[in-house]
Amino acid sequence: MSLRKLFFVGLICLGFLLTGISTSGTEKMIQIKGSDTMVNLVQILAEAFMEKNPKIPIAVLGGGSGTGISGLINGTCDIANHSRTWKKEELELAKKRGVEPRTFIIAIDGLSIIVNEKNPVEKLTIEQLGAIYRGEIKSWKEVGGPNKPISLYGRQSNSGTYVFFQEHVLGNKNYSPHMKRMNGNAQIVESVIRDKDGIGYVGIGYVIDFKTGKVRKGLKILKIAKDEKSPAYSPLDKKAVYSGNYPIARPLFQSTNGKPKGSVLEFIKFEIGLEGQKIVEKEGFFKIGPLHKVQNEENLK
Amino acid sequence: MIKMKKIKRFKESLIEAFFFTNGILAVLILVGIFLFLLLTAIPAFKEINLLDFLTKKNWDPTSPVKPEYGILSMVMSTLMVTFGALIIAVPVGIGVASYLSDVAHWRIREIVKPVIEILAGIPSVVVGFLGIVLFGPLIAKIFGLSSGLNALNGAILLAIMALPTIISISEDSLNAVPKSYIEASLALGASRWQTLIRVKIPSALSGIIASIMLGMGRAIGETMTVLMATGNAPAFPKGFLSSIRTLTATIAIELGEVPYYTTHYYALFAVGLVLFLITFIVNLVSDILLTKYQEREL
Repeated sequence: MSLRKLFFVGLICLGFLLTGISTSGTEKMIQIKGSDTMVNLVQILAEAFMEKNPKIPIAVLGGGSGTGISGLINGTCDIANHSRTWKKEELELAKKRGVEPRTFIIAIDGLSIIVNEKNPVEKLTIEQLGAIYRGEIKSWKEVGGPNKPISLYGRQSNSGTYVFFQEHVLGNKNYSPHMKRMNGNAQIVESVIRDKDGIGYVGIGYVIDFKTGKVRKGLKILKIAKDEKSPAYSPLDKKAVYSGNYPIARPLFQSTNGKPKGSVLEFIKFEIGLEGQKIVEKEGFFKIGPLHKVQNEENLK
Repeated sequence: MIKMKKIKRFKESLIEAFFFTNGILAVLILVGIFLFLLLTAIPAFKEINLLDFLTKKNWDPTSPVKPEYGILSMVMSTLMVTFGALIIAVPVGIGVASYLSDVAHWRIREIVKPVIEILAGIPSVVVGFLGIVLFGPLIAKIFGLSSGLNALNGAILLAIMALPTIISISEDSLNAVPKSYIEASLALGASRWQTLIRVKIPSALSGIIASIMLGMGRAIGETMTVLMATGNAPAFPKGFLSSIRTLTATIAIELGEVPYYTTHYYALFAVGLVLFLITFIVNLVSDILLTKYQEREL
């Protein structure tokens, strides 16, 4: 009796072993993690890629740029999405762990400042925007709006957008403690649609309604000027974004550990290629310029 | 024969040892977690002044100007949503429990009670989502605010999450009140209402308090719901209508990306330790209360 049992158990174990061996024969899944601004875009890129290469499965996760970068350092993902550059400490930590990051630019984002559509304010300077988010300007009246307190929406500290905004708009000062720290771009958009005194910053891909190709209902995108003397531009203005006249455009990055190989290489090539860049534009972001292309080519070598 | 007996005794002691290990396992795990939290939290205080940690209001560890580690605002926020939730959930919970055990037709009870228990199984993410799309805008409209992501929203959602526990256990303990008590009360001429208020609820009080404490435990430790619905503004709360950030939300937000073995990392464990101590005190107080009431009953 017991011998027979043993035999069966052995058989089952053998079965597991064999399936283990056979699954390891197929392509390994590409794990992508990081920026919440980029998660939708990269997901759609991945779907398009998988349609052509059904043998290469790709999983895309959000969590914020910081999460993606620490994922790459800790070896829990193959590609990190990030909307900010690497921090010094992160590079040091990567070096310590033997991780050698290679960074690619896959799209350009016009970081959009959104308010409720009922808000009469049309434009802000970077200085004003910084003062608003530092908590120095507290009422819409001070920037030409109604006498209502400004309700601030931003991201949490693991977000690349949080860090980018702090560096480029707040002048590396502290955010106002009254800013509501939201979980992701979509939550900021939903909150500002509902909050008539609200203001938020999100990636441009989140303010465009894909069905109509226009700005989502209930939202208004503010025009942003470098300073008082310069004209204000909208992030929807392609020329302004490419020429650098829109002051808070930024590249969206992907990083790999060392030179990308195999299916990861193929995927990145797809993203920065013609087809991938078409998807980038369709999702509301901007395609990469010639300078970025050169940089990418160099990093692929 | 003697050998058989010896084997039997050995077996007995083995089984005893097995059950003893099981019994003590929970204690060991608790002590282990506490020690782990304590040891990981201590290095934080090489750089942070303990007094500042406990009494300062600003928490901004990633500040490019000067990192700040004060947890007072977060402790206050946690206590506010927790007690706010209890203020809502306790009267409603005891009311529903009394209704189910005393008033409701058994058929209604058979339907309502399982439904309430299913409520306990709703994932906290879903409850948090309700807070964003339903309660948030509603609160904003009622109080004339621009946004409903605040402590009140969190308290309402936590009340919803604590309700099933409170109702279910309270109802069980109300039902466990001996029939003779109720019969005696009615026979003495008390009305059903008087019997409920003066006899049933007092004699079921230990169970009711236990249910409230369990509900409170759930409310203090709940993370996802408050993370989604309270706005997470780290400023010191001015009232139930301001955005708040709880201890749990802070840990959840920051632990994902914090560089390991830094002051920030250790500080988050210190926050966890504070949370642990708060729940520990809550449980201790409830235990003391429970034994007190049980003694009085005897």
